[in-house]
Amino acid sequence: MDTIQKVIQFSSEISILEISYIVASVLFILGLKKLSHPDTARSGNLWAAAGMIAAILFTILFHKIDGENIGNIPWILSALAIGTVVGWYAARKVKMTAMPQMVSLFNGMGGACAALISLMEFPKMQIKLAALPIPATNMLNGEAIAILLGLMIGGVSFAGSMIAFAKLDGRIGDIKHPILRIINLSFLALLLISIGFIMTLAPNPDSNLVIYLFAAAALIYGVTFVMPIGGADMPVVISLLNSFTGVAAAMGGFLYSNQAMLTGGILVGSSGTILTILMCKAMNRSLINVIIGAFGGKAASAASSGEKSVKEITLSDASILLSYSQKVFIVPGYGLAVAQAQHLCHELDTLLASKGVEVKYAIHPVAGRMPGHMNVLLAEADVPYEKLVEMDDANQEMQNTDVVIVIGANDVVNPAAEDDPGSPIYGMPIIKASEAKNVIVMKRSMATGYAAIENNLFYHPKNRMLFGDAKATLQKLIAEIKAL
Amino acid sequence: MEDVLKFFMENKDLIFIIILSVFLGIEVISHVPAVLHTPLMSGANAIHGVVIIGAIIVMGHAKDTLPMVLGFIAVILGTLNVVGGFVVTDRMLEMFKKKKPNK
Repeated sequence: MDTIQKVIQFSSEISILEISYIVASVLFILGLKKLSHPDTARSGNLWAAAGMIAAILFTILFHKIDGENIGNIPWILSALAIGTVVGWYAARKVKMTAMPQMVSLFNGMGGACAALISLMEFPKMQIKLAALPIPATNMLNGEAIAILLGLMIGGVSFAGSMIAFAKLDGRIGDIKHPILRIINLSFLALLLISIGFIMTLAPNPDSNLVIYLFAAAALIYGVTFVMPIGGADMPVVISLLNSFTGVAAAMGGFLYSNQAMLTGGILVGSSGTILTILMCKAMNRSLINVIIGAFGGKAASAASSGEKSVKEITLSDASILLSYSQKVFIVPGYGLAVAQAQHLCHELDTLLASKGVEVKYAIHPVAGRMPGHMNVLLAEADVPYEKLVEMDDANQEMQNTDVVIVIGANDVVNPAAEDDPGSPIYGMPIIKASEAKNVIVMKRSMATGYAAIENNLFYHPKNRMLFGDAKATLQKLIAEIKAL
Repeated sequence: MEDVLKFFMENKDLIFIIILSVFLGIEVISHVPAVLHTPLMSGANAIHGVVIIGAIIVMGHAKDTLPMVLGFIAVILGTLNVVGGFVVTDRMLEMFKKKKPNK
């Protein structure tokens, strides 16, 4: 057996570089840790950013391959400048409601970056292996695994994130067909088999066709992977793709024996996976269930028959009911975000508060298109944090609540989740609006929510509907209350 | 079999780091409140932008036109991921500033 000798090239520059990577890794870990506590979250983000700046800076200054420093510095700096300006501008300008899309978009950029690195390293590796004193007859080595996996995962993450972005932005709808499931599984198998196949090939320094074909296949799989998943499940998908990109980055770390890339990538890969599972848990569903997609199937459940009547409420009745209540809960949903009505919502709650009504918000963990979406949205409208009550606490207070106003939410208040085992959302915890004395649902129409299922709350004897766009209706309601 | 063992020996340090990081990643965020899911995801999103270091390394040693062009694009994409990721996260967290810890 060959003895493995490690030649340690010592120079103070390399030591500084390695120390900077250790510091960066520690900052990433502390940053993530701080990000998971409300008080320290913001500084955690800055710590991680500081680690990143250190890692980038010292790489440019001190990184060496075979004693050769980083070249093309003007080009690197201009690329960094372009990315910084565009990224900064896009992140600053984006509306709060479009945050989920933005995260998805940036995630896709990272995936594409990882895929491009692999795409460039593969030809280099072929040349290197073919130029050995005894030319290699295959590519069965760790480097090839890292390159191919990096390309596959990065490519899937890029294409998938772009589809998720387009879905959240309302540019494309879902394509649901049972056959997609089979196509997806075969595609995944095909990709994994291709990795094995490519590695058995003899390195061919003259042609890189095989790697381009592989890249194309990874991109197609990314599209077909996300396409059938419902828009409401996009947060989970983005979180999953996020952890994919982490793994792709780690592959790059493996390739360059770069500890900062390795720790950063793997940390995101594992914490991202756990986060994905936590999000699924908040919806009481399994990850497999989200990916295969149980939603959107037709809900042939017991609750569909029988004559049901919907009662409407007039604006003046609603304003009187609200003004003379003791305690009101507002249940916000995606409709509120779409209508950009968060400021009006806050206006309504201060107006009611000035009349002595206790107003709070009941926040369902998955209301909106991202977990915490509603918190961010309402915080933007300066709603004090203490007024946002989490689902479990809100449910305990429901019985002595006079009015629950549901604004643009649907599935998160659907009683079918509790009492209809045939319903696709059965088992998901909900805000028990019907336990309050009165319910007012503000909605544009009787259309179903993202899960495409009927909501029996609308037909509940305690409920009355206030049809119309959330923003316009809130405006009229506020005017009506003021006029009282 | 010998190849596998050799591969393991050559990369034992990296494999060690990977395994420890997996557990660390799980441990670090396992008690995050639902409110912070989105900012945390966004922050993690920025951290995996560390892939940019790889892009800088390839770009820094690129000689031909095609690798130069691809490297240039890769560095831009990586920077977008890093800068956009951190700025978006900061904007989200900015909105929580007035709040007190939940319970």
